[in-house]
Amino acid sequence: MEITSRGLWTLLHGMGFGALFLLGCSAAMLELWRVCWSNDNDTRSDTALKWLLSIMAVLAWFAVLTGTYMVYPWYRAVAPVGTHDLVLYPQLLLRSSPQTVLWHTLGMEWKEHVAWLCPIAITMAAATFNHYGSDLKRHRSLRSVVLGFVFVAFVSAAIAGVWGAMLNKYAPTNGGRTHTLTLAEEK
Amino acid sequence: MNATSTSNAAKTGSAKTNGAGAAATLAAGLGSFTLGILTVAGDKFPAFRSAMNFYRPTGPLSGVSILAITVWIITWLLLHALWSHRDVAMKRIAIAAFLLLAASLLFTFPPFIDAI
Repeated sequence: MEITSRGLWTLLHGMGFGALFLLGCSAAMLELWRVCWSNDNDTRSDTALKWLLSIMAVLAWFAVLTGTYMVYPWYRAVAPVGTHDLVLYPQLLLRSSPQTVLWHTLGMEWKEHVAWLCPIAITMAAATFNHYGSDLKRHRSLRSVVLGFVFVAFVSAAIAGVWGAMLNKYAPTNGGRTHTLTLAEEK
Repeated sequence: MNATSTSNAAKTGSAKTNGAGAAATLAAGLGSFTLGILTVAGDKFPAFRSAMNFYRPTGPLSGVSILAITVWIITWLLLHALWSHRDVAMKRIAIAAFLLLAASLLFTFPPFIDAI
């Protein structure tokens, strides 16, 4: 079993930072709802939510930065003239066939931009909740905005995540150093 | 703290004014909207797309994202400096922020960009 360094970074970008962020979203929305819309004054969950939102903001930043500056350059790499095997050039591979071109023109072009809304929205939510804590429940419009921004962060990350998974299925980012994880025993 | 902020703080029962939250909210909306506008501009104007090529391996996305983040951070710092110690009309700011965010979602959707 082996994986290339590009494959490993893509895995870390999507299944590491991205998937962990999406997992945290449902917990954050539920907890935000409970803290801001109930009469419960549990300061421990207040602190836990501050940590959760802060960690989610860090995950969102790691996801977009590794995506934009590590994985995306491999995706959009330009093949030398005369190259016939496009397996190392995912964008060109997708654009080479009418059956796959939409994965790029719709999928990647949507994903690459909408994903950037996620760190902005979640950082705003984390900073605001860290400032107000459970006192946010007293600011009715503000608490709705924070919950709304966490939801938009979730939606944008989900769009990017789903397209990312599908793109990696049809045109994976291959190449780089190969890491052997384990060798199968001969039967 | 001025008279308006005191009366609003008393109304909400909160010890903190809503200005800091409003600044973060509106700045995030404006940053997102900038991202959307730059995405559309990059698609429609080849010269602008070339100008956004801040980091060649990433292409125009580098310029679009860097500029949007810069606008967001600067706006946040400015609004925070202006509003952090007072109460503002949060409902109107919340509506504006949601509209800006909704527009940015639309402006990053390729079929919408193609239809413009």
